[in-house]
Amino acid sequence: MAGKKNARSEPAAAPATTATSTPSAKAPLTPTKNPIPIPTPAQPKAVAAQGGWAQVFQNLYDYYLSETPQRTKLLDVFLLFLVLVGALQFLYCILAGNYPFNAFLSGFCGTVGQFVLTISLRIQTTEANKADFPKVSPERAFADYVVCSLILHFFCVNFIN
Amino acid sequence: MAVAQQNALLGPPSQSSRTLLRVVILLFIAGAAIASRLFSVIRFESIIHEFDPWFNFRATKYLVANGFYKFWDWFDDRTWHPLGRVTGGTLYPGLMVTSGVIYHILQALTIPIDIRNICVLLAPAFSGLTAFAAYLLTNEMTTSPSAGLLAAAFMGIAPGYISRSVAGSYDNEAIAIFLLVFTFYLWIKALKLGSMLWGALCALFYGYMVASWGGYAFITCILPLHAFVLICMGRYSRRLYVSYTTWYALGTLASMQIPFVGFLPVKTSEHMPALGIFGFLQLVGFIDYVRSAISGRQFQAFLITVLVATFGIGLAGLVALTSLGYIAPWGGRFYSLWDTGYAKVHIPIIASVSEHQPTAWPAFFFDLNILVWLLPAGIWLLYKELRDEHVFVITYALCGSYFAGVMVRLMLTLTPIVCVAAAIAASKLLDTYLVKSPSQTSTSEAGEKKAPKSADKTASPLGVSSMVSKLTIVGAMIVYLLMFVSHCTWVTSNAYSSPSVVLASRMPDGSQHIIDDYREAYQWLRQNTKEDAKIMSWWDYGYQIGGMADRPTLVDNNTWNNTHIATVGKAMSSREEVSYPIMRQHEVDYVLIVFGGLLGYSGDDINKFLWMVRIAEGIWPEEVKERDFFTARGEYRVDDGATDTMKNSLMYKMSYHNYQSMFPPGKAADRVRGVQLPSEGPVLNTIEEAYTTENWIIRIYKVKDLDNVGRDHFSAAAFDRGQKKKATKKRGPRVLRVD
Repeated sequence: MAGKKNARSEPAAAPATTATSTPSAKAPLTPTKNPIPIPTPAQPKAVAAQGGWAQVFQNLYDYYLSETPQRTKLLDVFLLFLVLVGALQFLYCILAGNYPFNAFLSGFCGTVGQFVLTISLRIQTTEANKADFPKVSPERAFADYVVCSLILHFFCVNFIN
Repeated sequence: MAVAQQNALLGPPSQSSRTLLRVVILLFIAGAAIASRLFSVIRFESIIHEFDPWFNFRATKYLVANGFYKFWDWFDDRTWHPLGRVTGGTLYPGLMVTSGVIYHILQALTIPIDIRNICVLLAPAFSGLTAFAAYLLTNEMTTSPSAGLLAAAFMGIAPGYISRSVAGSYDNEAIAIFLLVFTFYLWIKALKLGSMLWGALCALFYGYMVASWGGYAFITCILPLHAFVLICMGRYSRRLYVSYTTWYALGTLASMQIPFVGFLPVKTSEHMPALGIFGFLQLVGFIDYVRSAISGRQFQAFLITVLVATFGIGLAGLVALTSLGYIAPWGGRFYSLWDTGYAKVHIPIIASVSEHQPTAWPAFFFDLNILVWLLPAGIWLLYKELRDEHVFVITYALCGSYFAGVMVRLMLTLTPIVCVAAAIAASKLLDTYLVKSPSQTSTSEAGEKKAPKSADKTASPLGVSSMVSKLTIVGAMIVYLLMFVSHCTWVTSNAYSSPSVVLASRMPDGSQHIIDDYREAYQWLRQNTKEDAKIMSWWDYGYQIGGMADRPTLVDNNTWNNTHIATVGKAMSSREEVSYPIMRQHEVDYVLIVFGGLLGYSGDDINKFLWMVRIAEGIWPEEVKERDFFTARGEYRVDDGATDTMKNSLMYKMSYHNYQSMFPPGKAADRVRGVQLPSEGPVLNTIEEAYTTENWIIRIYKVKDLDNVGRDHFSAAAFDRGQKKKATKKRGPRVLRVD
């Protein structure tokens, strides 16, 4: 419901709603402490009372802890940081107005962009996904990541006014 | 081409010689693409064509003269008088910047070339690159080595693309189509490899495309659609996630760098599908991750609730935002894409542009010829394989065909994919029937086949050794291809190479006669009027007046202010008493109209007049009524039977003023409308004829200043006419007295 309210009050809410579901989407550490997945699953939980949710999250959490390498966990911390920064910016935009809209957009888009790039890096460096990316070695993935981040930040700085 | 063929004939080509062959063939194709676009230069001269290119040309000159930053902040006070236009912030700078960069590079290399020639030849040069991009795109679709070359050849000479890229048509599309095809190629590449780098390249070229052409929205909608179709087909992959999100995150930021686009990507509905799919992909990605963690019933319940909840919230959010006005609803041009009658009812200014009309059926055949029937075959062949990139071609072809059917100018966006699909079909056909013998290795066949096919020459000596059916099919195919080539050449030279600034006609003895009235009139304006004399004309000619005559105009082809255009329309369609104050208020010094009655030039202002009336009526429905310009029987007439409103309108008067004096009494005829005109010509009181060109195509009138003894113009003009009569009467007695 919180997402809905945001959506009404701000123009950038559409990216925001997706972005708020984004963190839950890809940052697999969210189940434990991240407040964001709650809006989506919480509703049906209240309505349907399916009971299995706790179990689901427990499973996810266990899976995450057991299957994720240390390096990837570092990436996930960065992802969490990006989510927090994005949420903070969005909150500011709602509370204090979006007046320098350029600045808000470039900040927010930069956060979201960096987030998806990091996710991409995470996907490409995960062992289990090797089959999907026959031509992308982890080193290549990291090089791509650096180049894309540079481009992203060039645009952001240029747009910030 | 012959050289290439010989190379192929010499022996079984190795890998490197095949590469060489391919490069040579591509170079020839690029050469053919450029050469066929030079008809206009050969027939006429190196001149900028039509309307919009004149503005681009003027802007480019400004850029070259004043540098990039001044260009970026350019406020143009010589258009849209008295409003002016923030030109730097309301144009797509890609085209001008491209030619500016080329100009400076050539200058640095000490090649002194005129900026005009760069502008004229930019479109042909880029068409060569487009052919190359089509080659790359097709090679991603199929393993057949000949399909790419065929696609390049098709792309190089397809009239649907030539129509907007002949030498001199210096318009945004000139480079945009190359960028369109190349962006698609990069997208396919990124999707196939799942690589961030290719996605970023795709985003960069997308940014370039946004900087160049308003049609970038096509990419903005096609890529998400492709992604969406893939997800719906259950073909979500991590590669899709990587390539799409990289493209979207970088591409959106890149597009926002252009001042004219600015915040649109987060504010208008056209860009929402891309954003929605972006969010949707995050969700799908998350679900994909969860699926590997948990399984079975748990996952299903999880999936359904998450999907339903997200869609509900997303949809509600979009509707709420749109209804609260944070997201602009779809623009008028987009509505007219769904309902072809929409523009005519609601936005006459869009409907009045001929290239926004729905396409007539023959136009497809005219612009694409055999490609039209090769397209479905190609699509079917792709459908049989149906990899991710084939889905893209199919999606694109379906959308492109629909849009091309709705709006004439969108034929341009359809052409590339038709070339790709048709090349796949043609190469499949030729591959099947050109095989020398089944036992041979496919690699050497490929090398031998390439050259003859793309060269569209007789390929028979190679493949026809045995069977009659092979001979028949290949022969037929070659005949079709040759017919296609000759059709393309014919269309290019006859239909698409006219600059429309300079007109050509045939003398009785068959020699060409150039009608140069436009430039004559603009040159007159340039030399005989004050530097800041304001010219009022219908908006079609605004850019040309600005570019060629260098005089301020009231309205021009950048139709950003409908009211201002309607004001001009009202001035043209009202009585002189109404028009004169309007012209005074806008400080109009000269009025320029186009009149084709003497020569039979049908694109003149009387034929466009109803649009002026309609647009004016949209703003002042009380004062200008379209109905009044039709006779009681609903005819649009200019002869004796014309309505009073018509006869008294400024446009009618200006068009036919003094026209009767060209003919013997009572014989005045309008050759466009094919009617006899009344023997009494209209009388003008508030303006006077300043200049009329050789063939009467352009007529320029000067707006009279206020009368210096304070009379209104009608009594002054009547007095002038009466004065003469009285003078002759007075002279009578005087003569008597002298005698």
